[in-house]
Amino acid sequence: MSTQLKLSEVETYIGQYHILQGVSFEVREGEVTVLLGRNGAGKTTTLRTIMGLNPPSKGEVIYKGEVIQGLPTYTVAQKGIGYVPEDQGIFSGLTVEENMKVAMKNNDDATKERLDWILELFPDLKKFWKKQGGLLSGGQKQMLSIARAYINENDLLLIDEPSKGLAPIVVEKVMETILQMKEKTTIVLVEQNFMMASTIGDKFYIIDDGKTVSEGSMNLLKEDEEMRRKYLGIA
Amino acid sequence: MDVLINLSLNGLATGMLIFLLAAGLTLIFGLMDVLNFAHGGLFAWGAYSGTWIYATTGSFLIAIAGAILTGLILGLLTERWIIKPVYGNHVQQILITLGLMLVLSELLKVVWGPNQISASPPSYLAGSWELGNVIIIKYRVFIIAVGILVFGLVQYILKNTKIGLIVRAGVMDKEMVQALGINIQKVFMLVFMIGAGMAALGGAMLGPYSGVIYAEMGLEFAILAFIVVVIGGMGSFPGSILAAILVGVSGSFMAYYVPSLSLAVNMLLMAVVLIFRPQGLFGLKG
Repeated sequence: MSTQLKLSEVETYIGQYHILQGVSFEVREGEVTVLLGRNGAGKTTTLRTIMGLNPPSKGEVIYKGEVIQGLPTYTVAQKGIGYVPEDQGIFSGLTVEENMKVAMKNNDDATKERLDWILELFPDLKKFWKKQGGLLSGGQKQMLSIARAYINENDLLLIDEPSKGLAPIVVEKVMETILQMKEKTTIVLVEQNFMMASTIGDKFYIIDDGKTVSEGSMNLLKEDEEMRRKYLGIA
Repeated sequence: MDVLINLSLNGLATGMLIFLLAAGLTLIFGLMDVLNFAHGGLFAWGAYSGTWIYATTGSFLIAIAGAILTGLILGLLTERWIIKPVYGNHVQQILITLGLMLVLSELLKVVWGPNQISASPPSYLAGSWELGNVIIIKYRVFIIAVGILVFGLVQYILKNTKIGLIVRAGVMDKEMVQALGINIQKVFMLVFMIGAGMAALGGAMLGPYSGVIYAEMGLEFAILAFIVVVIGGMGSFPGSILAAILVGVSGSFMAYYVPSLSLAVNMLLMAVVLIFRPQGLFGLKG
C-alpha cells in the first residue's frame, strides 16, 4: 500500500500559541489511521493544518507526493480530501438537501449513486431531507457532516471526533458507517473513544503536547496497557 | 384616507431605496464580516452617473443600466484593492472604508462640481394617477415595483441556484464552505459587486425621486441603511426589506404628524428591536 499522506515535523501556531511542535505521521492508502491523545494535545489542530485552515509555520504536508502546505483550504479540498470537523460544520439555516447540494461538486451518475448509498446508510437524512440542519439531533448532524464529506469522490477523509457528545447507540451507528466507508476510502480519524478507535483503526499515532510520541498497529496498543495509561489516561 | 395612502406610498418608496442600499450591506457583512462604510459612496456614485447618463443620452433605461455598471465596476475595484487587504480586521475596515467614503464623495465634486444637481424622472414616469381623492405619483409606484422586482430576483437566486446556496452557507460558516472545495474569495467578490450594483441602482432612482442629488447624500442614506441592517438582522436578506419598509413608512408618517421626531423615530425603532431581539428581526442567534 502506498503512502497517501505524510506529515514531517509539522509546527503550527494559533495566534501566539505554539500548538503543534513537531507532528510527523504517514497515512497509507486504504487504512484507517487514528490520532489519539489527551484533550488539547493538538489532534484537531493537526487536521486543520492538513486542510490549510491553520497553516503550518514549519515542516511539510505531502499528499499523494505533492506538497500541500500553504495551499488555500479550497484547493486542498479540491485535491480530494474531505473534512468532518469536530463541531460538524452544519449550515444550520439550510435544509439537509441544501447542505448536501452545497457540497456536491458534480451532479453526475457517480454522485447520485454515492448519494443513494449514503441515504441508505443514514435513512434519517432521507426522512428529514427538507428539515433545517440546525433542527437535527446531534447524531443526525454528525451523519449529515459525514455524508457531506463523502458525497464527492474524495480519496481521503479527515474525521474529527465523530463520537463526541453522542448517545452510545448513535456512536455504534456512526462506527458502523465509518467501517463501511473504510472499504471505499482512506481515513484519518481523531477519536477519544478508545473502543471506537480500536475497532475501526488499523494504525495509531499518539500526539502529546503537540508532538507525535508513539505509533504502531492498533493491535499493539490494545495490548499495551502501560502506554494507554501514560498517554491516554485509560487502562 | 388619501393622506394615509400617500404617506404609505411615500414611505414604501423611501423604504425600497433604503432596501437597495441595505441589502448589499447586510449580505457583505453577513458573508464577508466586512463593515463597509463606503457603501453610501457607491450609492451616491450611482446617483451621479445615472443622472449624467440620462442627461447625456436622454434614455432613462440606459441611465439605470449605466449606474448599475458603475456600481459593479466600483464594487470590483473596492473589493480587490481596498477591502481584500483588510479582511478579518474590523478596525482597519472601519478606517479604510470611512476614508474611501470621503474620497468617493470628494471625487464626485471633482468630476461634477460641488453644487447640487437637479434630476427629474422621464416623461413616462412623471405625473400622477388620480383615484378619487387619492393622488398616486407614478415614480413612487415605479420605485416600489423595482424594489419588489430586485428583492424577488435576488431572493430567487439565493434560494434556487448553487451560487445562492453557497452565499447563504457562507453567511453561516465561511470556513466550512472552503473546506468543501469552494473558493470563497470569488464569492466575496461577486457578492460585493452585486451589493455595489444594487446600491448604485438605488442612488440612480433616488435622484428623480428627491429632485436633487449632492455628494453627501450617500452618507445620509448609509446611516439609514445601517439602522435597517441592525433591525433586520445582520446577514438577513428578507430582514433587510422588512426593516427598510418599517424605517421608510415610520419616517414618512412621523415627518407628517410629528416632524420634529422624524429622524429620532429610526433610532427609537432600532433601540426597541435591540432591547427585545438583539440579533435583529430575522437574525440568527449567537
